[in-house]
Amino acid sequence: MKEGFRQAMAWLHTWAGLIFGWLLFAIFLTGTLAYFKDEISHWMQPEIPARSVPTETSLTLAQQYLEQRAANASRWIIDLPGAREPALSVRWQSAPAKPGERGQFTEKRLDPLSGAEVQGRDTQGGEFFYRFHFQLQMPYPWGRWLSTIAAMVMFVALISGIITHKKIFKDFFTFRPRKGQRSWLDGHNAVGVLVLPFHLMITYSSLVIFMTMVMPASILAAYKGDVQAFFSDVFPAANTAKVAGTPEPLLPLAPLLEKAREHWAGGSAGQVTVNNPGDTNASVVLTHNGTDRVVHEFGRAVTFSGVTGQLLAKTPEQSVPMAVAGSFYGLHMGRFADPVLRWLYFICGLASTAMIGTGLVIWLGKRQLKHAKSGVLPFELKLVEVLNIASMSGLVIAVAAFFWANRVLPVDMAERPQWEINSFFIAWGLSLLHAAWRRGRGAWVEQLALAALLFASVPLLNAVTTLHHLGNSLATGDWAMAGFDLACLGSGLFLGWAARKMQRAGQPEITGRNRQRSIPLEQEAH
Amino acid sequence: MTAKHSTLPVSYRLAVLSRVLAAVLGGYVLTALASVCLTLWVPMARADAAVTGMTGSFLVYLLAVLWCFGCRTAWRAWLGLIAPSLVLATAAGLMYWGGRA
Repeated sequence: MKEGFRQAMAWLHTWAGLIFGWLLFAIFLTGTLAYFKDEISHWMQPEIPARSVPTETSLTLAQQYLEQRAANASRWIIDLPGAREPALSVRWQSAPAKPGERGQFTEKRLDPLSGAEVQGRDTQGGEFFYRFHFQLQMPYPWGRWLSTIAAMVMFVALISGIITHKKIFKDFFTFRPRKGQRSWLDGHNAVGVLVLPFHLMITYSSLVIFMTMVMPASILAAYKGDVQAFFSDVFPAANTAKVAGTPEPLLPLAPLLEKAREHWAGGSAGQVTVNNPGDTNASVVLTHNGTDRVVHEFGRAVTFSGVTGQLLAKTPEQSVPMAVAGSFYGLHMGRFADPVLRWLYFICGLASTAMIGTGLVIWLGKRQLKHAKSGVLPFELKLVEVLNIASMSGLVIAVAAFFWANRVLPVDMAERPQWEINSFFIAWGLSLLHAAWRRGRGAWVEQLALAALLFASVPLLNAVTTLHHLGNSLATGDWAMAGFDLACLGSGLFLGWAARKMQRAGQPEITGRNRQRSIPLEQEAH
Repeated sequence: MTAKHSTLPVSYRLAVLSRVLAAVLGGYVLTALASVCLTLWVPMARADAAVTGMTGSFLVYLLAVLWCFGCRTAWRAWLGLIAPSLVLATAAGLMYWGGRA
């Protein structure tokens, strides 16, 4: 490490990128899918109709349902249907058996038009990708820690990458296609620079989202160790009155929606929480749906008395530091994004994923060149190759397997959501075995071809197993359903193209050309 | 740099390990201290001050990591973390025990 600062940064970029690259690829790909988590859930639960009904009607239906089924609950939580989430979902928490205990939650999904219980096939839907993206299917809180550590490594890799690449903006206009290793490096730089603001925003914001978990020293110092006091300051709406024990009927909830709108400059309630329904101390908390602006406000809500309808509390205006942290959060989640912006988020996410993927390919490609003559790779390079294949094409197969399982598994199967997730991991595990067994270009081509087949046939699978085929969804304007089918078809075609490219690139004359380039590359790429 | 790994002396590898430890652990301590220091010194309400300290802290971590791998020797990497850590600890300690309370 005596070669100077830039070389040192190149070394850091290379090794940080390699060691966390596989994990980061999975985090970025599933996170990108999570931008369409509601749409994915809609496709995965075709039984739930996509209808737009006035929020007031839905809320009245939810109240009627809960008054019949959950009159003695200590809390009701009603998630109102929004533009992207067609379902009306109600949850209630039973009164705890002993004081201080937490009551059990029950959740039901209702048809927003009739108020009847909807029996959709049981699935995690898009929520799986969203959760996996930061919990990594690990027990709490380990997955969150690991993904936040990966985010910090990503941040270091990004900045060290920028420092390494001195001619970063000039080189952006150079793309040399069909030049093997050189093209991969140009591609890596191009997707790196093109959406650099997105890479930086998404990475730093992920650190801010989990800052109270990974960097709690400030809270401990400012509150002298009383972490709970910090959260009470930040989420004031969570402080509610205790149950009085005197029954009093709950007022109709629907008119409160309008009253809440008057308190907000824009947007409306996404969630209604009723504490102690049917009691004198009943309170109704209307939480803002947060889709009208970028800056996320934690627990932005108005609270009314559940008996008189009188305003009890309103979250105060956000301070500047909270707004800064809130805008990181809001930018990361992209809940405010309209369809066009949402697709842009999706494309940027794919670009980040591609940047990580090309980086991993370059690392291996550069080192493979030295062994091109003998054709035998040392163990560590073989390991990287197997992990590259399984973490990239294998993950894509796993995603497809998850969608397939949703349609193929029997609708009334026991532990159905778990088996969908199992299918994801079984497919991923098998792709790892396949990559170890086949190795190299053959494994790439076969896995990409399989992924292409699985994705491209999703519209067909949907048509065979449900009534919501493309002809139907396009005709009725069910854009989420149609968009999902078409996006899968598009992904299938892209993967098929990639498989073909990979197969062609394996032909000997091109490998020979690569070999000649090995010397200049050694000096240029790190 | 990597291809020569098999021939690199043990002392080089230990130096790399030392830098990694400095970056990960030393960097974290420095970051936590910087975050606490900022929280205690900014004139804001407690919650706002804590959020400000935490939001900015990851920039300090970044700089600490870059420093650890960018400087000339592993010893300098540690020194460059310990010195500012002591300064920040003193500043934070002054405010925590002697300041507002």
